[in-house]
Amino acid sequence: MIQVRNLVKAYGDFMAVKDISFDVDEGEIFAFLGPNGAGKTTTIKILTTLLKPTSGTVRLDGLDPTVQHNEARKRFGIVFQDPSLDDELTAYENMDFHGVLYKVPRKIRAERIESLLKLFELWDRRNDPVKQFSGGMKRRLEIARGLLHTPKIVFLDEPTLGLDPQTRNQLWTHVKKLNEEERVTVFMTTHYMEEADRVAHRIAIIDHGKIVAQGTSHQLKEQTGAETLEQAFLSLTGSTIRDEDATSVDQMRNMARMFRGRRR
Amino acid sequence: MSAIYILWLRQVKRYVRSKPRIIASLGQPLLFLIALGFGFGPIFQRAGQGNYIQFLAPGVIAMTILFTAIFSGIELIWDRQFGFLKETLVAPVPRILVMIGRTLGGATVAMIQGVIVVAICFAAGFRITNVGALPIAILVMILVAVMFTALGTAIASVLSDFQGFQLVMNFLVMPIFFLSGALFPLTNLPKVLDVIASVDPLSYGVDGLRSALVGIAHFGIPLDLLVLSIIAAALLGTGSFLFSRIQL
Repeated sequence: MIQVRNLVKAYGDFMAVKDISFDVDEGEIFAFLGPNGAGKTTTIKILTTLLKPTSGTVRLDGLDPTVQHNEARKRFGIVFQDPSLDDELTAYENMDFHGVLYKVPRKIRAERIESLLKLFELWDRRNDPVKQFSGGMKRRLEIARGLLHTPKIVFLDEPTLGLDPQTRNQLWTHVKKLNEEERVTVFMTTHYMEEADRVAHRIAIIDHGKIVAQGTSHQLKEQTGAETLEQAFLSLTGSTIRDEDATSVDQMRNMARMFRGRRR
Repeated sequence: MSAIYILWLRQVKRYVRSKPRIIASLGQPLLFLIALGFGFGPIFQRAGQGNYIQFLAPGVIAMTILFTAIFSGIELIWDRQFGFLKETLVAPVPRILVMIGRTLGGATVAMIQGVIVVAICFAAGFRITNVGALPIAILVMILVAVMFTALGTAIASVLSDFQGFQLVMNFLVMPIFFLSGALFPLTNLPKVLDVIASVDPLSYGVDGLRSALVGIAHFGIPLDLLVLSIIAAALLGTGSFLFSRIQL
């Protein structure tokens, strides 16, 4: 379903992704793990047509997302690392906006929005503006939205960041269910090892832009002689802390957060 | 088509729902009308130029459209910062349609704002002398709205945050407004100012509105419409090109 061969992404001298290759099969849940700045999000951006690779080839369901943008875009849904909802619109309007952009016919659109919002327990709040939602509700809405056009592949980039254990648990239960019932291929990243251990069929560990190991959770533990996936991860990637420089976007968000905090 | 419509609808909904923004954005035109309109009125009259409110109102209407349109275009920076832009960029819709939908939405908002200011001007004593030319006035307003929304989008496509925004305001938007003949007649100006005013696209918008609404013309309506159409098309093209190159 996803094929990546010798993918490279360079920003000037800096190599964010250095020659990585992997495959994800249809109906599989594939976890991409790595420390901050390892190249996870860059890879997802290339797979989802937001960035152009420097070299290497990428295939989504047999299509090249760098050339056949729109065909490829119809095939996947994505939940980004940071929020991407319109806060001024209601939950229903956010869903409807997405459905129209993806050309889901009106009748099917209404049915699917209703069933997805019910599945993610947001139907009662459908007419409330998203700015009144909690972090967990927004996350659920984004996942519901990503599934609206019945994609074959779903990308989840750290979907559980900042959520409480209850919400995280519920979210992964939904993802597993969707994967089993609708055979959706899932490509996920997370910092919570136990989540990857629980839901992913296969795992690739990426560090400094390179894949250092891949296989099932069991294989990774065996390979490193570790008891848990977390230990395996640490022994593969070392225990040095990686600091990313804050981008202007992060700075803006911090300012916005401070501003909102003061008003509250 | 449906993609353009839904993007347009989103912009309009966001506008209608932000009541504080609507009210706040009417403060400036009101201030210009009261402070300049009534303040300079007697001097303008004594200089033999007639009623200043009649002269100023089309300028204030054009100003409102200019500012609202630029802001609507620059809203793209917010969408980028707060992530919503990604949602539209990964959708299976050609970017040119995204750009057109956004621009029409922003231009519609600017038009609504412009019409509200027409009403305010009316309350301040402004009277339309040639009602027959109203369609031309509306056409001029639409062109100005589209032109500056496209300019705002083009600028926002190359700026990744608000750091450069103040620069754009002080060295582009403010000069466009102040040097356009919105506030003073373009006759007998010093040479430099005359040249600047004649390359300022807003000059043609103000002149078109003023010609249509109160019959005071400098360039004349045919030239105004020609220049506005060409520049609007050029900016739409530039905006689409820059927008299509955004990488996140």
